[in-house]
Formats: sequence, C-alpha cells, structure tokens
Amino acid sequence: VSPAPRLLALGDSAWTVEFGDAIVPALNARVMQLDARVRAGLAAGEPALAGVWDRVPTFRSLTVHFDPWATDADALGAQLLAWAGSAGASEAPGRHWRLPLCADHDFAPDLPAVAERHGLAPAAVLHQLLASRFRVYMIGFMPGFPYMGGWPAALATPRLASPRKRVPPHSVAVAGTMCGVYPWPSPGGWNILGRTPVTLFDPLHRTAPAWLAAGDQVDWQAVDRDGYERIQAELARRQRQREDFLATPEPG
Amino acid sequence: VNGAPHHAPAVGPAVADPAPAGRLRLLSGGLGCSVQDAGRRGLRHQGIAPAGWLDGPLAECANALLGNAPGSACIELRGPGLALQVDAGPVAVALAVLPVSAALAAVPAGSPGAGRPPRPAATLVRADGQRLPLSAFTSATLQPGDQLHCAEPAAGDAAYLAVSGGVQVPMQLGSRATHAGARLGGLDGRLLAAGDTLPCGRLAGPPVAERQAPPFSHGDGPVRVMPGPQAEAFTPEALACFFATDWQASHEQDRMGMRLRGPALAHVNAAAADILSDAVAVGSIQVPANGLPIVLLADGQTVGGYPKIATVISADLPRLAHARAGSTLRFATVDRARALAALAQARKGWLAWAATIAPCRPTGPPDEAALWQANLISGMIDAGCPDPPA
Repeated sequence: VSPAPRLLALGDSAWTVEFGDAIVPALNARVMQLDARVRAGLAAGEPALAGVWDRVPTFRSLTVHFDPWATDADALGAQLLAWAGSAGASEAPGRHWRLPLCADHDFAPDLPAVAERHGLAPAAVLHQLLASRFRVYMIGFMPGFPYMGGWPAALATPRLASPRKRVPPHSVAVAGTMCGVYPWPSPGGWNILGRTPVTLFDPLHRTAPAWLAAGDQVDWQAVDRDGYERIQAELARRQRQREDFLATPEPG
Repeated sequence: VNGAPHHAPAVGPAVADPAPAGRLRLLSGGLGCSVQDAGRRGLRHQGIAPAGWLDGPLAECANALLGNAPGSACIELRGPGLALQVDAGPVAVALAVLPVSAALAAVPAGSPGAGRPPRPAATLVRADGQRLPLSAFTSATLQPGDQLHCAEPAAGDAAYLAVSGGVQVPMQLGSRATHAGARLGGLDGRLLAAGDTLPCGRLAGPPVAERQAPPFSHGDGPVRVMPGPQAEAFTPEALACFFATDWQASHEQDRMGMRLRGPALAHVNAAAADILSDAVAVGSIQVPANGLPIVLLADGQTVGGYPKIATVISADLPRLAHARAGSTLRFATVDRARALAALAQARKGWLAWAATIAPCRPTGPPDEAALWQANLISGMIDAGCPDPPA
C-alpha cells in the first residue's frame, strides 16, 4: 500500500512531489515514472509544463523547477499531482553499466576496517562489492556524484567518525547501504573500498557531463593496477568512450 | 552585439563588433571574481547548479549602460579589487555597485565599513599615466594600454563589471557562467586570476558619448520567504524565532551559500535535524543540527539532507548578494501571490531605473570632451545630460 503523494512548495519557483520517506526501489520507481512522464511532456511541448527548466529525481521525490514568471504554478502543481497519483511501480529500465574498479591497497584504505567490523576477510567484502547490483537513486552532493543503493544490509557501515579532508577523485565508497563515487577531490566521510579509472563527470561533454543518471544500474568489475592505468590512458586519449562501459547498447 | 537590447535607450557608445576582437588582461586581483551570466538551466538532475549572477538585475544595469544585449556575460567582482588592462580595443566598460546605503541591511554603527564615505568605483589609468576616477553606473571607453583599477567590494558584497559586447569566453552547456564546483564555464571553469586574458567586443569606432544613470537600488525591508518545505521539522517557538531574529551575515559565505549567526533554532526532535536527502533550490534555507541557518546561493548543491525551514522568494534572491559581513537581515513570510507581486514590482523598478540612463560627458581628456560637444551640436544625442562624474 503506497501513501498518496504530497505536493510541497519549494519557494515560488519549484514544486516537490514527495512519494514517501524511505530508500526503497519500489518507491523510487514511482519517482522515476513521474520523471519519465515529465520528460515526455517537456519533449512534446505540453502547455502545462511551459516554463519548466529543471527536474530533479531523488530517493523519494521529484522536484520540478520552473520560471515563476512564465508558469502557472498552481496548474503545474495540480498536473504533477495528478500524474503522480497514477505513477505505478513499473518503470522503464535505466541503462546498465559495467564499470571497472581497482581495489589495490592504496586505492582501498578502508577495506581492512570494513572487513574487520563485519568479521570477514577483505577479499570477501570485495567479493560482495563485485557481486552486488547497484541502483542509482539520484545524482547530487556534488556534480555527477551517484547515490547508489544495493550494498547489502548485512555489510552496512556507518560513515567514518572523522571525515577525510580530501578523498581522492574516482574513489568508490560505501556508507550505510549506499555506494557512491567521488568524481572530484572532496572532503568526505564514506568508507573507501576502491577506485575506478572512469571520471563519471566530463565537463567537456556537450549535453551530459554526468555519466550516470537516476534509474541506472551499475555492476563493478575488478581490474588490476595495469588494467586501471590502461583504461585511464585510453579514456584520456579518447580511444574509449563512455558508451563502451554500457552492458547493453542504449535504446534508440 | 548579439541583437538589439530591448531594454536600453537608443543612445550610447559605438556598437561593439560582434567578433571578439577586444581583449582584456588581468593585472592583479581576481580572487573571488568570476565570469557570470544568467546561468545554465536543465542540468540539476546531473548535480549541476545553475551558477550565474548572484544579483542579475544589478549585472543587467552594467550591461544596459553599454547597450549590451541582456544576458551578456560580465565579471562578477567579489573579493580583492581587480585591475585590468586593455590589450586590444577600444573597449567600453561600466561598473554596477550597490550604494552602501542600499546594502541588504544597515551596518550597525561602530562596525567596520559603517559610515564609510562614498568613493569612486574604479580608477581609470590612461596609457599616458593620467588617472581619472570612474563612478559606478557610468560608462567609459578604454583604449589599448589603458587600465582600470576597480575598488574592492565590501566582504559579502557583489558588484559587476560589464564590457562592450560581453565577455566572449566560449559557451558551455548553454551558458558562460563560471561554476567552479563543476569546472564549467568562464575561463577553464575556474575563478579569475592575474595574467588571465578575456576576449570581448571591440568598439567599431571612437566613443560617441558615454552613458550614466543614478545608482540602482533594490527595495529594502525584510527578506521575504515562503515557508517550508520542511517547516514542520521545527518547534513553533523556533519558527517564531526565525522570523523575529536579526540574523547576522558573516565572512562565512561564498557563491554556494551563506551561514547566518543568531540563536539556535530547535528541531522538533533530534531525528528531525536530518532528512532523507531531497532537492533544494537557490534560496533554500537549511537548518542543520546546530540550529543555525544556511542560505543556499547560485553555486549551491542540488540536493541536501537538512530540513529547509523556508525558501527566499525570487524577487529577493538578488538582495542576498549584498549580505555584507556584519550586516543583519530579517525574514518575513509571504504567500505565492505576494511573491509574484514582488517579482513584478522588482521588474518595474528595474525598467524605471533603465529609463534614467542618459548620455553624459566622457571621463577623459579635453579632446574627448570636445568630441562630446561636437556630438551635441550634430544633434545625435539630446541635451539635459547630468553633470560629468567627479
């Protein structure tokens, strides 16, 4: 049984449609369904969406930002709520990525502590990381940073008591049941279990600097240090593109 | 210029060449200064903030004084004064600086900056060494070799320097706005630094006349907000306190957001101080567990995990660009209808200001003054021009 979605004013130029208050795939699927409906409406130039300039799917809500000057806010809110009421839990699958991950000692500084906390060998923790299918719930915190669910609850690990001042870019890290990737050097408190040679954020891309989008699925694939460096070099030389990391070709 | 500006009177400096044949070189400063325009839309789902001018109406004042198309990229001045030299020109410039009296709220007497006398917004140093004061809201024409030394804005204040034709750095994702957090826009996606070269439009000929207007000012009074979306995370006492407090702005601010000082606001319980992250807006007022508000600005993150007590309305967002350290601000609640009325009022105010732009005598040596006289005689511009600056 799903509660009725709520319409919340985020100031005079955004609406948030809130479906609930939990990190659950079925709830996020309703968010993504509403997002797909809004995207389709924008592509078709539907009048109800006139003035809409941004949409932000999150774990449990969709926020639509609009030009308060060009938009009938009340009509837009009513339309969003109507669409939200009919948003079911079946969604078009997102893209499926296979991304390389290297867990060399200096790339995975928190692997020993996470393993010890759960009474496992580091290799067993790494095995779980590689065996889990992650779902991108939202992009945020910093440009291109994916919040991914799918880390087993049995291995849930709190954030570091004392956050690092500088997490190296491309670090793959877990906190609670979330997995994330830092596209940039940044302060951060998540437990670093490896590093990926892909950037996940390319400021020079013409339309989509962020590789991942909410609704996408991610598998991690182990590479050794040589493989890590080779992929990094190939990406730098543009001999490899982001599409090469998709498990299945993009639809359309 | 890229099309005729719809908001500016027809008189003005010679029209800039659309090709970026003008060139500026930064001599010093730049820390905190960045190339900005109206910002980029449609990318928040990728974690990319809009960036863009903190005070769009003020930046458009500087553009209008030059006859630039609305939306032309300018230099946002925050932090140490900027000095630049024209390497290829002529190039027209205009500064828009909010008068001290029109800052977000009065600086209490005895604070640094209180009672500071007005001073020139910049000093123009001609290639021959002649130094001329340049007031804000007055255009000037710089020849190759001329320098402009901008005064340092007060901490927490933003001012704008427009150049003829706009700063012509490449568009990235639909905007020239610098978003340092995503390394987008501006020069290599970063703040400006000494030694940088900025392309801009070059004037087609000698200046016809300069243009001047009285200082622009936003309305005053409390900063208006719409409550929520997580107002229920706070006790009724905390909500009352939020609207009854003179919040103090400090140095703890940048283009991402500003922290306010005042009494700690209580959440209904400890758990209410954290929410499952959802989307935020420019103007969202987050209150983390320490109870002190953080107002998100143009470069702020796109999602956040703190409850949002209120959201600043669009009409008052530009005023947040002038929360000088030590100044205070109050919040007042309005509904959507009043938020929209305030936006309409703000637009009307800007257009009324733009209608006061008038030709004036150039800042410069007698030959330019003579040229101005000649133009008057030829009837190209009307008389009734305000007194020349300084």
